[in-house]
Amino acid sequence: MSPTTIQDALAQVTIDPDSIERHFPAAARAAAREGRTGDAAREAMLLAVPGPAAYVIEVVRRVYDHGDAAERRAVLLALPALDAPDRENAIGDAALPIVRDALRTNDTRLVAAALGPNAARHLDDEAWRQAVLKVLFTGIPVEQVAGLADRADAELARMVRDYAAEREAAGRVVPPDARTVLALAESRQPATRPYPAD
Amino acid sequence: MRIFDPHIHMTSRTTDDYQRMHAAGVRAVVEPSFWLGQPRTSVGSFSDYFDALLGWEPFRASQYGIAHHATIGLNPKEANDARCREVLDVLPRYLAKDRVVAVGELGYDSMTPEEDDVFAAQLALAAEHELPALVHTPHRDKLAGTRRTLDVVRESALEPGAVLVDHLNEMTVGVVAESGCWMGFSVYPDTKMDEHRMVEILRRHGLDRMIVNSAADWGNSDPLKTRRVAETMLAAGYTADDVDRVLWRNPVEFYGQSGRLELPETEAPASELVGAGATFMGNSVLRGARE
Repeated sequence: MSPTTIQDALAQVTIDPDSIERHFPAAARAAAREGRTGDAAREAMLLAVPGPAAYVIEVVRRVYDHGDAAERRAVLLALPALDAPDRENAIGDAALPIVRDALRTNDTRLVAAALGPNAARHLDDEAWRQAVLKVLFTGIPVEQVAGLADRADAELARMVRDYAAEREAAGRVVPPDARTVLALAESRQPATRPYPAD
Repeated sequence: MRIFDPHIHMTSRTTDDYQRMHAAGVRAVVEPSFWLGQPRTSVGSFSDYFDALLGWEPFRASQYGIAHHATIGLNPKEANDARCREVLDVLPRYLAKDRVVAVGELGYDSMTPEEDDVFAAQLALAAEHELPALVHTPHRDKLAGTRRTLDVVRESALEPGAVLVDHLNEMTVGVVAESGCWMGFSVYPDTKMDEHRMVEILRRHGLDRMIVNSAADWGNSDPLKTRRVAETMLAAGYTADDVDRVLWRNPVEFYGQSGRLELPETEAPASELVGAGATFMGNSVLRGARE
């Protein structure tokens, strides 16, 4: 098998979207040969899938389900581009099952990647707050959470205060990120939230 | 001292083991897919297991500064269960993954016709995906099983140099040495090999194509046996470079045939060797790996 270039792979995916099953796993190796990053190559492949949003999300879901950790992370990182307002077939909130799947894992690379702009825009309040708490628990830097300043609310503040109290009661250090989240949550004016509650 | 454990079932081990292994010098491992003790009854439980070998387990290893790779295949024991045969259909999807460095563990358990079919089919898959193969030799009737294994390898499209025949001992090393295949030895607390017999085999057969592993799993086994072999080699008069050859460069050369090793930057004991470039035989050498 002669190695496929990213450009060839993109052309094939445009004509035959099912071929992404073959190109997506090999994309990081192909990209490395061309001095590019695997994540960018994988995003380009997903963006090359033609058709209506319902079809695109079906392919995205399959690629995610069949992916290893690096592939799944690349899918999560590509969600904002797949949901760009100028795309005719923007996926909207249809990728939420993938986001929720990643948030159930204990792999911090996946949890962090799941909390991008797509989650900030579409994830419901309860799930989003739990995810932020998980970020604090697992030591993911909170600056990786998209839309934190906009979505942190009074309920999240309560949860973080309880978390901090639990840490202090156990004689453990409260991570500085917990204070950051608390400060953001307490300073936010409820009326300024730009995203609709789903 | 840098150690590459080319056969260890980390799924069955605790994070404490990762810490101890790192402290002992282990910087890279290969985890072959295998039998889990409890037989599986559907392809779905294999897929979840393979996904764990390519997702959760490398993540867990990375937390302790160890690079994790996998070999994927249908093991001989479960090859005998018709309900598991569908696993062959999902293998191509997994053999395309970045950290899959071989097909395996393959080979014989009870030497049934079903095992023949599944073994040969997977050697063909290895050739098709340009991957080497990790082949287990049976616990029972080992010498006959090893001979039969080598016959199947000879009939396959794989070069002997792309095949590692594992769990060898004094009785089986000779035929594998003659075949041109790589020779694997699992050093266990009680069964298989021990570190002193291992060093004696190295003395008799040389260091060429020799691979030593702990094969640690859920049974009585010890993930630090690679380190014990290194120490026993040094005590027996082998140099640090000899140890590095058996416990790092040999497995890197064998699995490096996949072009898919992702090794942390390590220091060779002497002056020469790998880590110098950004790649080695198409495999990436990572800089600034998490320690």
